[in-house]
Amino acid sequence: MKADLTLDTFGLLCPMPIVKTALKVKEMQVGQTLEVLATDAGIKEDMPAWCKSTGNEFLGLDEQNGEYRVYIRKLK
Amino acid sequence: MADKCTIVVFSGDIDKVFAAFTLATTAASMGMETEMFFTFWGLNILRKPKRFSGRNLLQKMMNLMNRGGAEHLPLSKFNLLGLGPAFMKIMMKQSRVPTIPEMLDLAKQLKVKILACTTTFSFMGYKEQDFLEGSIDKFVGAAYFLGEAKDAKVSYFI
Repeated sequence: MKADLTLDTFGLLCPMPIVKTALKVKEMQVGQTLEVLATDAGIKEDMPAWCKSTGNEFLGLDEQNGEYRVYIRKLK
Repeated sequence: MADKCTIVVFSGDIDKVFAAFTLATTAASMGMETEMFFTFWGLNILRKPKRFSGRNLLQKMMNLMNRGGAEHLPLSKFNLLGLGPAFMKIMMKQSRVPTIPEMLDLAKQLKVKILACTTTFSFMGYKEQDFLEGSIDKFVGAAYFLGEAKDAKVSYFI
């Protein structure tokens, strides 16, 4: 999947991937997509939950050898 | 109106405080209006690392033992005269987990409101200059906090 921007949180534990995502999304334009790279397995459940409570769109997640690529779109 | 999250930080133990900041920064990241109310030992996080504070002799003796500063917090278990927290800090660094001062900065950056308990402030004999500049948004009592907590969907006591 192609995204407009990428955020690298490899090696960071909860809550940092979500906190960094929130700070990044704040700077983005509505409609832009973001790819979040993470190794913290919590991201699988945390990112959909974050999208649900902030009203942003969860586009999907790829997992390969313990590395996660999560895709989201800013809706507001 | 945004959802609200209020957290009482009673403990000054590094592990519990870490949990409090994890929840606070995440709540703020989820768009919740977040407030942390620091009371009792929790106020140590916001204190400057000074050996001497207090107005009378008992307060001075207590504060000599109850050293301030987010870098000097004990561990709730296995404290072992500071060996436990020293190990814990190394382990946290190895895992690239933010330190408590970094968590406090992050919380401020995310607009988490920092409230401090006036009662603890008075009976421990603290002065405003004992606290980190700009760290405290408001000095309040229990009624103010409960007024906020009443409107909060999520409220913790740590």
